[in-house]
Amino acid sequence: MATVAAGSHGRRWHDVFEERRFLSPLLIAPAVLFIVLLVGAPLVLAVYLSLTDATAGSLTGEFVGFQNYTDAWHSENFRRALRNTIIFTLVSQAVVLVGAGVLAHALVRDFRGKWFLRFLVILPWATPVALSTVAFLWLFHPLYSVVNWTLTHDVIPGSPAFFPYKAMNWAFAREFWPEWIQISPIEPIDPPQWLGEPNLAMAAIIFAHAWRILPFATVIFIAGLASMPPEIEDAARVDGATGLKKFWYVTLPLQLPIALVALLFGIVFTATDMTVVYILTHGGPFNSTHVLTTWAFDTGINSAALGQGAAISLYLLPALALVAILMLSFARRVEVT
Amino acid sequence: MATRRETLTSWLIITPFAIVLAFPFYWMLMTALRADNDLYDIEQVPFKFNADSPTLNNFRFLFEQTDYRQWLENTALIGGAVVLITLALALPAGYALARLSGGWGQTLGVAIFLTYLVPPTLLFLPLSRVVSELNLHDRLWSLILVYPSFTVPFSIWLLMGFFKTIPPELEDAALVDGASRLTTLVRVVFPLSIPGILTVVIFTFSLVVNEFVYAITFISVTEQKTISAGVPTELIRGDVFYWGALMAATLIPAIPLALLYNVFLNRFIAGFTGGAFR
Repeated sequence: MATVAAGSHGRRWHDVFEERRFLSPLLIAPAVLFIVLLVGAPLVLAVYLSLTDATAGSLTGEFVGFQNYTDAWHSENFRRALRNTIIFTLVSQAVVLVGAGVLAHALVRDFRGKWFLRFLVILPWATPVALSTVAFLWLFHPLYSVVNWTLTHDVIPGSPAFFPYKAMNWAFAREFWPEWIQISPIEPIDPPQWLGEPNLAMAAIIFAHAWRILPFATVIFIAGLASMPPEIEDAARVDGATGLKKFWYVTLPLQLPIALVALLFGIVFTATDMTVVYILTHGGPFNSTHVLTTWAFDTGINSAALGQGAAISLYLLPALALVAILMLSFARRVEVT
Repeated sequence: MATRRETLTSWLIITPFAIVLAFPFYWMLMTALRADNDLYDIEQVPFKFNADSPTLNNFRFLFEQTDYRQWLENTALIGGAVVLITLALALPAGYALARLSGGWGQTLGVAIFLTYLVPPTLLFLPLSRVVSELNLHDRLWSLILVYPSFTVPFSIWLLMGFFKTIPPELEDAALVDGASRLTTLVRVVFPLSIPGILTVVIFTFSLVVNEFVYAITFISVTEQKTISAGVPTELIRGDVFYWGALMAATLIPAIPLALLYNVFLNRFIAGFTGGAFR
């Protein structure tokens, strides 16, 4: 831009250009330096630690090569944590994508009462995650769970009596479902222990993650929909595209980039999150719900095996790098158009 | 404004989601207002207030018998300090990157933002060692030092988006009048960006309130904890539960934050999507 302007405005632009050349780096340098010191250096240190047998008392240790990585790989708990991380991330993000897509479409236009509904929808995102997870601890309490109370009581007034658990049993306690959907029949005497049984605990964690990410994804989707030029809407209408057809051929392709951004963020936030699992189950029961991050924390901080812990958490790095590459290539493509 | 039918469809679609998303908050309120003899009695209907409920005893307990007030103060203190550091670093950088349109300005902007994606769960182990080497363990300073590592990239990203919406012609006008570039920045650009800067303040602060991993790793004494670390680690102990107080503790920061989020939501969207991607 500066070169084009220099032709018409002569000296003044030239001077500004000269000034900018020094000013810009000067303005950017402190932030970059800070990030290099507090993100770059620790990352390098993490890689170094993962190659040593360092323990919590010291910053250095004996160099052990890839021992920590292979040890982790061969441990049963690590394998399960890795599998859980993948399952938690993929399932909760699938739920979030569909939910956010539907919600955003309904929330993007102006209507009476929108502010109120949007307030309710945003709530989970605004609440500190450690605190909302404590609330889930209470919702899934072994004795006083309101979920279980609702399941096992006649919740609709009048006759005939309606017990939600009977409906659940009728729908899901059936042989023909695949194992992961099928539930064992719920008995009011012995209601589900949401955090005490491996499969249910997984479901609870996935729910908590989806619940927390959904508002954020919705907000991003709304941004994408709102930035869609109205002319396109009109053109689609003129061409007779309505309903699902319009969604499939017009809205979806245009929304794909922004949906991708929301998805990438969701994946990173879920895969690298430790809070939900740490507070909700602490990896239990019997280490069945550990994810990479909680397993790294238990190993590195609670068991003081710093090198081991660093190696476990660094298994996340390839996934993050992949996301970074996708983001970069995406950013470049948008820049070109 | 939408037609009656469109309004109805919107309500029909959103209401089920809103119920699921907001129910935990309704339940926090119900629990926080309950007396213990009501809360821990399986025979009672939990959707109604029974026995000695409703009561404010849980709130009283929270503020008088626990360190909650101290945690709130710590969080506010750390949040304030981190906001200041973040603005000092991110304002100049965000501006410069926004004006370096195209080329390496764009690339550097995206690169800085990508560091926001490097999670605390990857860095807490080496940083925990650094923090104890610097003798900052169990001190608020450890968090004040480390938190900008994720708030700065995030804020630079948002600020880039905001600065791009300010026409460069305004600055040129000031420059023609003989103002230096730095004066222009402070006198013209920053005042125009106040809504954007406020948005960054709100979201930086809420990132600080949210942070959990560093908070439980670096600080283990009760009096120095933040609310995110203090509530789950100190108020949940073995078999002694203070569920009423716990839910009150959750509700107190959630409601003001949610209100602020709603007020600043549109600006957040503008900054977030207008950053390096446009």
